[in-house]
Amino acid sequence: MEHYISLILKAVFVENMALAFFLGMCTFLAISKKIEAAVGLGIAVVVVLTVTVPVNNLLYNSILREGALEWAGLSNVDLSFLGLLTYIGVIAAIVQIMEMVLDKYIPALYAALGVFLPLITVNCAILGASLFMVERDYTFGESVVYGFGAGLGWALAIVALAGIREKLKYSDVPNGLRGLGITFITVGLMSLGFMSFSGISL
Amino acid sequence: MADASAKQVLFEPIFSNNPIALQILGICSALAVTTSMNVTLVMCMAVISVTAFSNLAVSLVRAQIPGSIRIIVQMTIIASLVIVVDQILKAYAYEISKQLSVFVGLIITNCIVMGRAEGFAMKNGPWLSFLDGIGNGLGYSVLLIFVAFFRELLGAGSLFGISLMPVVNEGGWYVPNGLLLLPPSAFFIIGLAIWGLRTWKPEQIEEPDYKMSRHTAKEAF
Repeated sequence: MEHYISLILKAVFVENMALAFFLGMCTFLAISKKIEAAVGLGIAVVVVLTVTVPVNNLLYNSILREGALEWAGLSNVDLSFLGLLTYIGVIAAIVQIMEMVLDKYIPALYAALGVFLPLITVNCAILGASLFMVERDYTFGESVVYGFGAGLGWALAIVALAGIREKLKYSDVPNGLRGLGITFITVGLMSLGFMSFSGISL
Repeated sequence: MADASAKQVLFEPIFSNNPIALQILGICSALAVTTSMNVTLVMCMAVISVTAFSNLAVSLVRAQIPGSIRIIVQMTIIASLVIVVDQILKAYAYEISKQLSVFVGLIITNCIVMGRAEGFAMKNGPWLSFLDGIGNGLGYSVLLIFVAFFRELLGAGSLFGISLMPVVNEGGWYVPNGLLLLPPSAFFIIGLAIWGLRTWKPEQIEEPDYKMSRHTAKEAF
């Protein structure tokens, strides 16, 4: 249990997807003008990550990994080069399925997430989490926890940035810096703040 | 943009319509791979080739793709190209591919590739799309190399791993600025680069300016 708690804390704070690895930056900068939108996107990312990382973990361990196909009599087949194609396929498919399921059974949530769900397919945080899971060799249990933690960290970061930007729009920023430029510098300062977590060893 | 000349398509994205500074595309990898020039150059070449060939391929089959599944088709084309690049890097530049770690794979979700495939290649012929891919890849590379130049020069006193300003630890005179080796510095450099670019080409300021002033006019006064 303790192992999982430290894994989740590490994924949320120390190895924050957005502020330590810069994943999902495009949506991070594009959809952080309003807090409500940021919260919606954050929730969508948490849900999608919690589902896709474990599914990709199962696929990797039972089909793609070297020697994983032993049960089929193919003990020396290494399909790991197909990894990228598989993960992105799984992510696109799951996002699509979730969209349909939510539309049918929980229309309120579907309406709230609406635009953000399809956008998530091309969010690099999602694919990045799957790739990190493979690189670090997580077990199935660990991958569930890691997926959830990584999503939570990303959601936290985007909501915090949206909060800052909502206040920042009242300030008088030099012409050339206005908009994207000042946002970059804000994110840089936030990331500098988050670096202080890296001193914590769990 | 449909009747744009080849030269315009190729050179416009470099400064006037830079994918990172103006279109907000492909920022993720711009930050993580810019600590040294070697790694950055390899990454840039990978991105240029993937963008160019995916634009070419998408444009060739654009009439056959049904609208509802176009995203998945584009994804498959892009993912296949990235796998090729990844395998080539692992075979011929193993050290650098280790340093790039997951970021080669992340070219798939690099919004530049998707954005250009969706926004340009679906509407234009193969030759123009190919040039547009190269142009956008170059625009991305210019900014990345700019960032990597400052990060490596000021952070480690070297370029391409060759020491230019001998650092204090090795008996030289230059005290390296450690901040520039840390990830946040990339944000500051890109932020300042955007400032510089928009001061040089003031027409780029307008759109965000307009949006901002509309917001403030409504809520602040």
